[in-house]
Amino acid sequence: MAIWGGVAFALSLAMMPLGLGALQEDEQLGKVTYDRWCSECHGVDGDGTGSAAGYMLPRPRDFTLAMYNIRTTASGDLPTDQDLLRAINMGAPGTAMPAWDDVLTEAEKQALVQYLKTFSRFFPLDENPVPLVLGSPTGVSEEVIAEGRGQYEAIECWKCHGDQGRGDGESAATLMDDTGFPIAAADLTENWFFNGGADVEDIYRALRTGLDGSPMPNFSDVLNAGVMTDEELWAVAHYVRSLAPEDTPGISEVVLAKLLTEGAELATSFDDQAWEEIEGTYIPLVGQIIVKPRWFDPRVDGVWVKAMHNGDDISVLVSWSDPNNSPDPLWSDWKSQVTRIMEPREAADNEIDAAPDQLVVQFPMQMPEGMERPYFLKGDSRRPVYLWEWKSDRQTALEGEARGVGTESFQDEGQDVSVKGMHSDGQWQVVFTRPLLTSDENDLDFITGEAIPMSFFAWDGDNGESGNQGSLSSWYFLLLEEPTSTKVYVAPPIAMLIAGALGFFIVRRVQKREMESFRS
Amino acid sequence: MFVLGKNEKLISVTLLATLVVVGCGGGDSSDSAGSSSAASEATVMENPVDPSTAGNISGSVAFEGSAPAMDAIDMSGEQVCADKHSTAPMLQTVVVNDNGTLSNVFVYVKEGSAIEGMQFPTPSAALLDQDGCVYTPHVMGVMVDQEITIRNSDGLLHNINASPTEQRGFNTSQPFNMETSQDFGTPEVMVPLRCDVHGWMTAFVGVVNHPYHSVSDGSGGFSLSTLPEGDYVVEAWHEQYGTQAQTVTVTAGGTTDITFTFSADMANAVVPMRTPIDPHDHPLVTDHQ
Repeated sequence: MAIWGGVAFALSLAMMPLGLGALQEDEQLGKVTYDRWCSECHGVDGDGTGSAAGYMLPRPRDFTLAMYNIRTTASGDLPTDQDLLRAINMGAPGTAMPAWDDVLTEAEKQALVQYLKTFSRFFPLDENPVPLVLGSPTGVSEEVIAEGRGQYEAIECWKCHGDQGRGDGESAATLMDDTGFPIAAADLTENWFFNGGADVEDIYRALRTGLDGSPMPNFSDVLNAGVMTDEELWAVAHYVRSLAPEDTPGISEVVLAKLLTEGAELATSFDDQAWEEIEGTYIPLVGQIIVKPRWFDPRVDGVWVKAMHNGDDISVLVSWSDPNNSPDPLWSDWKSQVTRIMEPREAADNEIDAAPDQLVVQFPMQMPEGMERPYFLKGDSRRPVYLWEWKSDRQTALEGEARGVGTESFQDEGQDVSVKGMHSDGQWQVVFTRPLLTSDENDLDFITGEAIPMSFFAWDGDNGESGNQGSLSSWYFLLLEEPTSTKVYVAPPIAMLIAGALGFFIVRRVQKREMESFRS
Repeated sequence: MFVLGKNEKLISVTLLATLVVVGCGGGDSSDSAGSSSAASEATVMENPVDPSTAGNISGSVAFEGSAPAMDAIDMSGEQVCADKHSTAPMLQTVVVNDNGTLSNVFVYVKEGSAIEGMQFPTPSAALLDQDGCVYTPHVMGVMVDQEITIRNSDGLLHNINASPTEQRGFNTSQPFNMETSQDFGTPEVMVPLRCDVHGWMTAFVGVVNHPYHSVSDGSGGFSLSTLPEGDYVVEAWHEQYGTQAQTVTVTAGGTTDITFTFSADMANAVVPMRTPIDPHDHPLVTDHQ
């Protein structure tokens, strides 16, 4: 050992001038890369207070603390270079941190890893953090998942993550990260938003390492203390994995309203068995950041939609994760904190008073000629929209119309749409039912076989959301299944896909422009 | 894997790090990792203080003004814990005793040339209990590298989330009746601990590199014993009312009485804890120009 140490020492002495030169070059590249791509959020000094930081929750990582969520090392230990590289490559899904895999060169990423470490005094003390030995996953079966469920209850994951894993546990409302900002318990049904990966290995790793800087503790000490076995912990990971769909939902442009067979009853409630026959379509939502007051911290990041019709009436089931039924006094602190810290603080005070949860389904008032649909943000004077509005503090849905943001008006009577909503286990399930044709000329008629534009707006009142401050989707399509042969809807879906892609592109462009404009 | 060029750089980095440590005197390279071996060596070490030339400090922490009302803790979600309390549990941010003194003040020797550089034996493990969904004690002092046995007496999920700034923290879960051992390798006043499951549960650990620390008790008293004679700066820390310090002279065989006085109007004091780190104010591996 001593001999080798001596050799290494001599070698390194010999290489010193070369090594130093290369080091400086690397540092320069790291700094340039950082200043260009990272500093706006993480700050030039790496302390997480860049100019855009106030628009983000969770806030950008403060590199001076060297607290990293995603590591392969024990709780309290520093991350390895590979860990940092992985975070750069993958980004942090569900947060503002994008993946840099395809943006930066290998050399830039390597230099960045070294540069990030210079922000903290901790790295020089411990050059080589040692990853935990995590082993390989145990086999998975229904028994293992049942065992995992038992352990999930025993070790009380539900305290924060909720009984069904939707981040609605009783402690969820008071969670804070190490820098004192409110932080949501992960919704375990949406594994595509997991920082650090969606697979069972990633979940197990998070259990073993904890997510330092967040409330998520490590469970390695539980194994070390002998009060739980490694197999049991793997079972927890398998169970948590099973809470999310097997495959990450792809972006599907079309919600197909299934035509019921003769005599089958239309579901008008969320708990109707008939819904189980229908596959849900996942529709992602993003914060409304086009018009003021904007909202950069949307709670509802996606809705699942199912639809069915019987030739006379249509039912649309929309479900989404929301930890509570707003307004809920347990969440009032959360709400006041979020509204206090989220930039750009454009809302008037009365807009952040106690508010219910809400959902709006939007259609064009008339079927568009050709491809042109109303402006996705509540239409405009030329192409008005037709709306269904549901609120958690009301038993009925309202039909309405709008010709642009702020022009929404809702009918007081003669409602053709009925609604049933229920909140349980961190989820809203809301069913709208309406005749396909109504006598009201401002109501869109639902014609089978037509690709009917449809989009969604959602609000979590206790997350400080109301008015323009909520989340929304771009246009999708509702297609009512026709009784005839399948041939007739070969062409429309193709057209829809093209139109949908175009719509998505436009939305993204507008959002991007908006992001750039607030940054500058 | 790294290419050869990268290896060369790594070696240089390691070498530089070594040089930095050696160049700074290399005295205190302690960190929380790997301290257990140091602790076991230290337990056989003898106390370097000669009792015949040593004295004591004792005193109490007075409180002026009206004691602020503490919020009651809503433990209705944790019946096991609620049942452990005969009276409604209250937040422990400010605990004014019946005799008008202040509890939970961490009192310690901040400076003292007489003990500078002295190596003290590491005491046996200190206990931090979670019983009835509160930390007992709420404020405690330990020596660097001294083990802290963290016990869960409730048998329901607690997590212990330590967030120091002078050293690495930890966040560990205890879903059952169990014990976990932790220690801190660097002096820090104070290390905050919290339980994220029960937002009201907080505790503070003062970490110093000598045995001269104490926490004011239920009658406001504290004591620091067997100090070598000499002058000391003694500081008192309170989570709400900040810090204050006195210079105290210790004489051989004597006991010096001191009193700290906190008052209700100090409520907006700056409490030194989790000081923001200036990213430019620490030696970097890459600070080589």
